[in-house]
Amino acid sequence: MIQLVDIEKVYRTKTIETVALSRVNLFVERGEFVSVMGPSGCGKSTLLNIMGLLDDPSSGHVAIYGQPVKTHSDKQLARLRNEKIGFVFQSYHLIHDLSVVDNVELPLLYRNVSAGERRKRALAALEKVGLSARTKHFPSQLSGGQRQRVAIARALAGNPEIILADEPTGNLDSVMGDEIMDILLRLNQEEGTTIVMVTHDEHMALKTNRLIRFFDGQQVADSMVVEAQI
Amino acid sequence: MLKNYLKIAWAVLLRRKFFTFISLFGISFTLMVLMVVTSLFDHVFGPQMPERETDRLLFVNNLREEQGEGYSSSGPPSYYFLNRYVRRMQTPEKVSVHSVFTQVNSYIHNKKLALDIKHTDQQFWEILDFHFLEGNPFGAQEVKNASRVAVINQTTRKNYFGAGPALGQTIEVDQVKYRVIGVVEDVPVLRIQSYADVWVPITLKSQEFKDTGLRGGYFATIKARQASDIPKIKEEYAHIIRQVSQLDPKEKKQVHSYPDTIVESFARSFLGSGKEDKVGFLYTMLALAAFLFMLLPTINLVNINISRIMERSSEIGVRKAFGASSNTIIGQFVVENVFLTLLGGVLGFLLSAGVLALINDSGIIVYSQLGLNLRVFAWGLLLCLVFGLISGVYPAFKMSRLHAVEALRGGSK
Repeated sequence: MIQLVDIEKVYRTKTIETVALSRVNLFVERGEFVSVMGPSGCGKSTLLNIMGLLDDPSSGHVAIYGQPVKTHSDKQLARLRNEKIGFVFQSYHLIHDLSVVDNVELPLLYRNVSAGERRKRALAALEKVGLSARTKHFPSQLSGGQRQRVAIARALAGNPEIILADEPTGNLDSVMGDEIMDILLRLNQEEGTTIVMVTHDEHMALKTNRLIRFFDGQQVADSMVVEAQI
Repeated sequence: MLKNYLKIAWAVLLRRKFFTFISLFGISFTLMVLMVVTSLFDHVFGPQMPERETDRLLFVNNLREEQGEGYSSSGPPSYYFLNRYVRRMQTPEKVSVHSVFTQVNSYIHNKKLALDIKHTDQQFWEILDFHFLEGNPFGAQEVKNASRVAVINQTTRKNYFGAGPALGQTIEVDQVKYRVIGVVEDVPVLRIQSYADVWVPITLKSQEFKDTGLRGGYFATIKARQASDIPKIKEEYAHIIRQVSQLDPKEKKQVHSYPDTIVESFARSFLGSGKEDKVGFLYTMLALAAFLFMLLPTINLVNINISRIMERSSEIGVRKAFGASSNTIIGQFVVENVFLTLLGGVLGFLLSAGVLALINDSGIIVYSQLGLNLRVFAWGLLLCLVFGLISGVYPAFKMSRLHAVEALRGGSK
């Protein structure tokens, strides 16, 4: 489903060159729930950004459904992100000036979907995350856990096949973190959504199918969770 | 999508009240000035009473005689020239010959009243759309008989007769008594072809008819059967001028005169050499002036917009992540800016209505009725859109280039 081939990402300034990712080769299968772990600065988020077509690798290539995206235009990439990928960020990145339901409608704005249909699908996504009672609220009126649930609903609204979650429980306490993790697990198990999640939390990572570990920009381990536990 | 954009634009405006105030003040003030100028322009050149059918009207108000050794003189044509050559033109529907207005004194209740008087033929009333409040214009018979009758404007009527009857009453202008037969709405002084306080038959000036010089103190107003006849009329007029120039080959005199629309007449008088109407140049100058006038507030608005949009880099990142292309982002911010500009335009429109009312009341422009009609509104709207686009496109373009990851990093929580 998502294939990374010989990915390298190097950040260059006038005086320094930082290797964020080095020769990463990865294939994520349809329906997998993959967690990516590693210390801060090891390249986890960079990996997720490259997988989500938000960032370009310095070398190597990304393929979605076997199709390399290297030559895709800005418009083609935007369309691919819109239709295939949903993002969940650690800091939610909700739009403060829009209500909960308007935030959730966001991915559908960039499709040919009528206003009525957009609203219907946004409300359905909010129901999935248990936030039907907060549709008219604004992000500032919600708790961290609720904001993250809105962010998940937004990622779901477009019915994407892949969800990329960058430390979705990183800003939450353990109870709220578990709630968010339950939602993601349900999505993966019941709806077959492919999820790649960056996390610092071993406890959360162990709930997923596959665990990939990174260190200094290099993929140092890739194992099924059952094996990892053993 | 548009609703979503407008919703967020409105929320941003309310959230950043100071920025909003500065932006709206700049936009509304700029547009107010431009709309006042547009209204003035429309007042002078647009189809206004009594010159409503401007697309069918041509005016002759100047004739230039060029003789050898670079000597030339110009001014309004003579009655002789207009009556003999212009009145006999075949292409127009009607031609009117009338005098340039002159100031004369009148006394009423021992009070001096300075009035502008104009001598006209009967065609003058047929060509122009004066709004008669009382009575009627003078006709062919009164002109032929040189009857001492007058049409006066409503201000003169008020000054003379107050609330009493005016028709059939006598006014004394420059020691000549006239019987009032009609009262018309005031005509603004900027309509120099038709403006006066008192209009009387042209034949009362018959002593000037004998002067066979080409220049004098008269204008002609020509009405075409249809707008498409205008070029033919100009052609016929040019032919007449060539004939007049060749009347006396020994004199080697060149005569220049043109039947112009109102705008052409203005452009030729103030910008042209006399031979060219320079309308294109006039419009270019006006567009340039408007552009330069808008430039400073536009730059200001561009800066405000950039800082306003910078604060929303997280939003840009999120929108990109969820499928907005760079062009979509540009579209969003341009729409938002046009919305802000239209809001400023509405304020500017209201402000300009106030300023125009002040100008009208002040009497700076005699009998002016500057107003905000549909034409001025349409121009105002166009200016708003141009202003909104100019000030919105650059910041939107700059911000749309922002890399999604960078944008997300710069965002707030």
